[in-house]
Amino acid sequence: MDGLNIPLNHVLLVSSLLFVIGLLGLMIRRNIIFILMSLEVMLNAAALAFVGAGAYWGQPDGQVVFMLILTVAAAEVAVGLGLVLQIQRRFKTLDMDHANRMGG
Amino acid sequence: MLEITLFYTAATVALIATVMAMTRANAIHALIYLIVSLLAIAVIFFLIGAPFAAALEIVIYAGAIMVLFVFVIMMLNLGDKGDRQERQWLQPKVWAGPAVLATVLFIELLYVISTAEGPVSTTSVSAKEVGLSLFGPYVLAVEIASMLLLAGLVGSFHLGRRYLERDSFDVENSSARREAE
Amino acid sequence: MRELIWLIPLIPLLSSVTLMLSSGKFPRLLIGLLGVGSVGSAALLTLALGLDFMANPEVVQLTLWTWMQVGSFAPGVAFYFDGLTLVMMSVITGVGFLIHLFSTEFMEDDVSYARYFAYLNMFVAAMLVLVMADNLLLLYLGWEGVGVCSYLLVGFWYQNSANGQAARKAFIVTRIGDTAMALGLLLLFTELGTLNIQSMVGAANESWQVGDTLPLVACLLLLGGAVGKSAQLPLHTWLPDAMAGPTPVSALIHAATMVTAGVYLIARTHGLFLLAPTAMVVVAIIGITTSLIAAFTALMQSDIKRILAYSTISQIGYMFLALGVGAWTAGIFHLMTHAFFKALLFLGSGAIIHCLHHEHNIFKMGGLRSKMPVTFWSFMIGSAALAALPMTSGFFSKDQILLEAYQFPDIGPWLWFAGLCGALLTAMYSFRLVFVVFFGQVKTEPDKDTGWRMALPLSVLCGLSLVGGYFIIPVESVFPMSTGTHPAHWVEYVSISVPLVGLLLAYLIFQSGQLRVDGLVNSAIGKIMRQFWLSGWGIDWLYERLFVRPYYAFASLLKAEPVDAVYGLVVTFNEALNGWLSQSQTGRMRWYITSMVAGLVVLVAVALQLSPEAI
Repeated sequence: MDGLNIPLNHVLLVSSLLFVIGLLGLMIRRNIIFILMSLEVMLNAAALAFVGAGAYWGQPDGQVVFMLILTVAAAEVAVGLGLVLQIQRRFKTLDMDHANRMGG
Repeated sequence: MLEITLFYTAATVALIATVMAMTRANAIHALIYLIVSLLAIAVIFFLIGAPFAAALEIVIYAGAIMVLFVFVIMMLNLGDKGDRQERQWLQPKVWAGPAVLATVLFIELLYVISTAEGPVSTTSVSAKEVGLSLFGPYVLAVEIASMLLLAGLVGSFHLGRRYLERDSFDVENSSARREAE
Repeated sequence: MRELIWLIPLIPLLSSVTLMLSSGKFPRLLIGLLGVGSVGSAALLTLALGLDFMANPEVVQLTLWTWMQVGSFAPGVAFYFDGLTLVMMSVITGVGFLIHLFSTEFMEDDVSYARYFAYLNMFVAAMLVLVMADNLLLLYLGWEGVGVCSYLLVGFWYQNSANGQAARKAFIVTRIGDTAMALGLLLLFTELGTLNIQSMVGAANESWQVGDTLPLVACLLLLGGAVGKSAQLPLHTWLPDAMAGPTPVSALIHAATMVTAGVYLIARTHGLFLLAPTAMVVVAIIGITTSLIAAFTALMQSDIKRILAYSTISQIGYMFLALGVGAWTAGIFHLMTHAFFKALLFLGSGAIIHCLHHEHNIFKMGGLRSKMPVTFWSFMIGSAALAALPMTSGFFSKDQILLEAYQFPDIGPWLWFAGLCGALLTAMYSFRLVFVVFFGQVKTEPDKDTGWRMALPLSVLCGLSLVGGYFIIPVESVFPMSTGTHPAHWVEYVSISVPLVGLLLAYLIFQSGQLRVDGLVNSAIGKIMRQFWLSGWGIDWLYERLFVRPYYAFASLLKAEPVDAVYGLVVTFNEALNGWLSQSQTGRMRWYITSMVAGLVVLVAVALQLSPEAI
C-alpha cells in the first residue's frame, strides 16, 4: 500500500461522479425505496471523499468522519424504513407523489 | 502498478453498479447492484490506505444497512405489479430535466476539484490510529453518535408498529381525503 | 334717492328668497303679491330714479363693499348708473312687471306657483345686477345668475324629461360662450390691471392703439360670451329648444332681457370695441348672417313659439349689426323697442296657448279674430312693429340701424341690402303667423277668453309698441355721436317700402291665396329647401354629429375606466405572479428535490464566480 501514486483528483472525481448519479436517482425515482437507496449512494460518495482526504493528509480524521457518516446513515435508514412501512399501510402504495398534502 | 489498475477497475465497477442500481425496476435487483457498488468502494478504501474504513463499509454498510433494506422490501411484497409500475414511471421525459441539472452540477464540481493536486496516499492509516483518535479528540462526537443511534432505535421501533391506526390521526377518513375523492 | 339704488335689485332678491323658504305653503294671493309686488316696487323705484336722472343727469357710482382683495385686485360690489343703465333697468323692471302680472293668470292652475315666482324674481334680481355692475366681475356674476335662472325656468316642468334636456342644452351652449367671456376677462385683467369698466376703457385707450391684436383678441372673446347669451351664430341652437319653458318665461328671458345681455355687454364695453375695428366688422357680419338664417327658418316653422324664437334670434342679429357698424344708440334703441313688441307677441301667444288648452301648432288654429279680440289686436300691433311698418316703434329703430349700416365703409351697402332681405322675410313670416292664426276657419275652439291680468299687460305693451318709437333714450353722454351725414333719400324710401312688400306677399300667399306657391314648395328642390330651412339650416344636425356624438362616445369609452385599468394592471400582475408561484407548491417531493438541486447549482456557480480561490 505504500508509495501509491493515485492522484487525489481521481478519487474526488469518482466521489463526485457517484454523488451526481445518486442525485439523479433521487430526482427521478418515484418509489420511496429507491429514493432512500439514492440517499445511501450520496452518503457513500461523501464518505469516499472524506476518506480520500484523510488518506491524503495521512491522518485518521477522515476515517473518523466516515464512521460518523455511517452512524447517521444507519439511523436514517432505520427511521426511514419505518416511515415506508407506515406509508405502505396507509396509502397502499409506495408512490412518493401520493403524499403531497399537508395536515388533515 | 497493479494497485493502480485495481483502483481504476474498482472505480469503474462502482460507477457501473451504481448506475444500474439507479435504473432497475425491481427493487431487489437494484439493491444487489448497490451492494456490489459498496463492495467496490470498499476495495478503493483498501487501496488508498484506509483498511478500517473498508472493513466498516463492508460489515456495516453493505452487511447491515443493505440487509435491512432487503428485509423491508421483502416484507412489503411488491411483486410484479411493482415492477410494471416502476417501468411506467421511468419515462425519458421524466429524467431529461434532472439529467441536465445533474450534469451542470457535475461540471461545477469538476471545476472545483481540478485544483486539488498530489498523490492520495503514501502511508496507510491503521485501525489503531483511528481508535486513538476516536477516544481522544473525537470522544464527544462518539457520545453524540450514540445518542443519535438511540433516537433512531426508538423512532424506528415506534414507526414500525403494526397498530398505529388506532391513533387519533387517521389518514383514511380524514376530511382532506374525502375532499380529494 | 340715488343712494337707494341698491334697493332695486335687493327687493326682488328678498322676495325670491322668501318664496323659496316658504316651500310653497303661502296662499296663492300672497305669492302673487310678493312676486308681482317686488318687481312692481323695483319698477316704481326705477321710475323715480329715472325722473331724478332726467332732471339731473349725473352719473351715479355707488360702492357697497369690497368683494375681495387679492394683491392689487380689489373688485367691489359697486353700481354704476348712467343713461344706458337707466334704459336697461326700465326695460327689465317695466316689462318684467307686466310679465309677472300676466304670469299670475297664466300659471294659476300650476302646482309650483311659488317656485315659479321665486325663480322669476331671482332672475330679475340677477339681471339688474348685470346691468348695474360697474366692474366686469360683478357683471359676470349677474351673467351667470341669469344663466342659472334660465336653466331653472326652461326646465320648470321638469317632470317631462324633454324639458330637462332643453334646459341642459341652453345651459351648456351658453356655458361655452361664458367660458370665452371668462377668458376675455382674464386677458383684460392681465393686460390692463383692472376690471372696473370705466377705468378699464381708459387704460385700454392709453395702452393700446386702434388695430392692435390684444384688443382684438379681448373683444372677440367678449363677443364669444355675447354670442352665447344672445343666441347668435354659432351658439344660437339653444333658443328654439328653450321654448319648452312656460310662455311668460320665454317672454321675459328669451325676448326682452337675458338675450339682450350680450348686446348690453358690447354696448357697455364699446370703448374697447372701438379699438378693434376688425372685431366690430365680425360683430356686424355675425349679426346679419344670423338674422338671415333665422328669418328663413322662421318662415317654415309651424309651432307658434318657435316662430317667435327664431324671430328673436333674427332681431338680435339686427342689434348686433347695429353695434358692429358703430350705431350704438340705434342698437340700444332697437333693444328697447324689441323688448316691447316681442314681449307683446310672446304674451299674446301665451294667451292663445292658455285659452286653447296648450295648442302650439298654428295650422290647428284659425279664425281667432272674433273669439279673442284683445289677443288679435295685440298680435296685429306686435307684428306690425316687428315688421317695421311705418310709424310703429320697430320702424324707427330698424330704420335707423339700416341707414347707419348703409353708411358703413366698404361693406355698408351689402349689409344694408342683406338687412333689407331680412326685413322682407320678417314681414312675411310675422304676417303669415297673423293670417294663419287669426283669419280663416276656426279649427280649435278657445274655451275661455283672457282675464284682466292678461289683457292689461297686453294693452300696455300695445301702447308702448306704438309710441315707443318716439322715446328718446338718454344715452347721448354714453356713446360717441354718430356722424351727421344722411344717405341719399332713395335709400330711405326703399327701406320703408320693403316691409310693406313683405306684408303684401304674405297677404297674397296666406290669406287670399292669389299667389300660388304650392308648385314651388312641392317641387323636388322646393322640398329640399323647405326641409333645410325648417331644420335651421342643418346647424343642429351638424352640431349633433360634430360635437355631441363624439363626446358621448368618448364618455362611454371612459365609463370603462381605462385609467383605472392601468392600476388594475398592478393587481392583475400580482395575481398572475401569485398563480404561477403557487403552482410551485405541488407537494411532490421530487419537484422540491429538483428545485433544491437547481438552487444549489446556481449558488455554487455564483460562489465560484465571486471568490474562486476560497473554494
